[in-house]
Amino acid sequence: MTALAPARTQMSHRPLTGLLDVLRSEFLKLRSVPSTFWTLTVAVLSNVGLGAASGAVLAGRLSASEKATADGVRLALAGIHLSQIAFGVLGVLVITGEYGTGMIRATLSAVPQRRTVLTAKALVFTATALVVGTLSSFGAYFAFQAALPAGDSLKSSLADPGVLRAVFGGGLYLAALGLLGLGLGAVIRVSAGAIAVLFGLLFVPPILLAMLPHSWQTTVGPYVPMQAGEQIYVAVSHEAAALAPWAGFGVFTLYAAFALGLGLFLINRRDA
Amino acid sequence: MIEAIGLSKRYGDTLAVDDLSFTVPPGAVTGFLGPNGAGKSTTMRLILGLDAPTCGTVTVNGKPYRSLRRPLFEVGALLEAKAVHGGRSAFNHLMSLALSNGIPRSRVEKVLEQVGLRSVARKRSGGFSLGMGQRLGIAAALLGDPGVLIFDEPVNGLDPEGVLWIRTLLKALAAEGRTVFLSSHLMSEMAITADRLIVIGRGRLIAQTTIEDFLSGGDGSFVRARSAEADALAVLLQARGGTVVRQSVDTLHVTGVDAGAVGEIARTAGVALLELSTRQSTLEQRYMELTGDSVDYRTAEDPSVPAPNRN
Repeated sequence: MTALAPARTQMSHRPLTGLLDVLRSEFLKLRSVPSTFWTLTVAVLSNVGLGAASGAVLAGRLSASEKATADGVRLALAGIHLSQIAFGVLGVLVITGEYGTGMIRATLSAVPQRRTVLTAKALVFTATALVVGTLSSFGAYFAFQAALPAGDSLKSSLADPGVLRAVFGGGLYLAALGLLGLGLGAVIRVSAGAIAVLFGLLFVPPILLAMLPHSWQTTVGPYVPMQAGEQIYVAVSHEAAALAPWAGFGVFTLYAAFALGLGLFLINRRDA
Repeated sequence: MIEAIGLSKRYGDTLAVDDLSFTVPPGAVTGFLGPNGAGKSTTMRLILGLDAPTCGTVTVNGKPYRSLRRPLFEVGALLEAKAVHGGRSAFNHLMSLALSNGIPRSRVEKVLEQVGLRSVARKRSGGFSLGMGQRLGIAAALLGDPGVLIFDEPVNGLDPEGVLWIRTLLKALAAEGRTVFLSSHLMSEMAITADRLIVIGRGRLIAQTTIEDFLSGGDGSFVRARSAEADALAVLLQARGGTVVRQSVDTLHVTGVDAGAVGEIARTAGVALLELSTRQSTLEQRYMELTGDSVDYRTAEDPSVPAPNRN
């Protein structure tokens, strides 16, 4: 034990705990659990795989008039319907995994500045989700183009109106959705509960709206989370009531920001 | 140095910690004793700022824990075994904690070596035994080479070799001048390891003292005197205010008169003593004596038997 003493004098005079150190710590945590690798692998495979499959299948199935009103990028990004589940679950687990295992107490003992911890988690997760989401979105787009027969009217190029923004939008949507999950996870703290609320928020409003009068569908409909958010990965919208891409994405990120803000508010007020 | 002043914590209707004041000094192993549900773990969470006190304060080295920057250099804690993500390796678990406080990788390797987990450092901690989980928790506590160490039930799940290792480690840490605060329900372990004791029951302080004072103060300590003239000696001792219990034909258990006085009385009266000794109560006896009124969970049939350990 005498070996400990010199180490203490060496290490005791360090500057304040910086956000940078906590970011490094959180990035290692994110990388070092298998669930991150698997959820992101599933997400990439479903994006690229379903992009290729939808190119191969839809070209022959859709009529010319259907193709005229369909959006090529949205069809290419059909995999998002599946991969968003992976991104959402990963966002939730980033924080609920710590509460579930008790690791949160080690984390908060190491960094009692709780908002710094949650902020670092959100930054690290968002950066990772943006990179993986954007790459897989481009992968899906190119797989879709490659799978379409030559000269098909669904083909597009990144230079066409809205296409580049929509393909980047696929990554933005997935990252923002994951962040919504992380925010809900910070508020609810239990994996199953936070995942249920997240997907309830995404999938239930469209079902409810379908049962309501048409006026509701056009006035409230565009603002519910998924409808608002998905406009960012549509190149040319054919829905009259839909919000513009960035307006819709703005609304979607407000949901995420609200959940995360509530999480940041609560984390200092609750016992860990 | 850990200092609690008027510390209270209420969870709904339950007052888990009730106006608790104590000091854990450096350079000693201080044991934290109390029945299940007495508030030991709650107190430790309050020290670490994980739970906020309802009222009162607790400081580490004079500062509230939540105000500490890079706290791992000042305080190391083992709260519960295996409070780690099972999918993460031991190395990555420690490394992620180390990074957050700017502790170098070499130090992570060193504590892994010290707790004997180097060979399994790259394996997922989910497959660790309880004992290995404890060692990992202890490694995390030692990471920043802190002056204050807090251990909640550290010997849980350790084999005899591990128990001995922990005992030696704790004593060595205290001998280096560190503050070592340890809770355990294993009384025998506490008697061997701790220098000082803080005893609580139902969230309240029952005793705060050294082990020696704690043991000598109880009803369980008495003077054992053997003599062929036990009857005569008993009368003399009672005349001097002693309480005498006759154990056998020639053996008396005396309280209220210490061994020296018994010897003097016997000499003056010309009574030959065959044996004269002081018997101290065991830690367990003293503990039961003091906490008897404050045990929250007992079996209905026998009020003296605490319910099985809920942990």
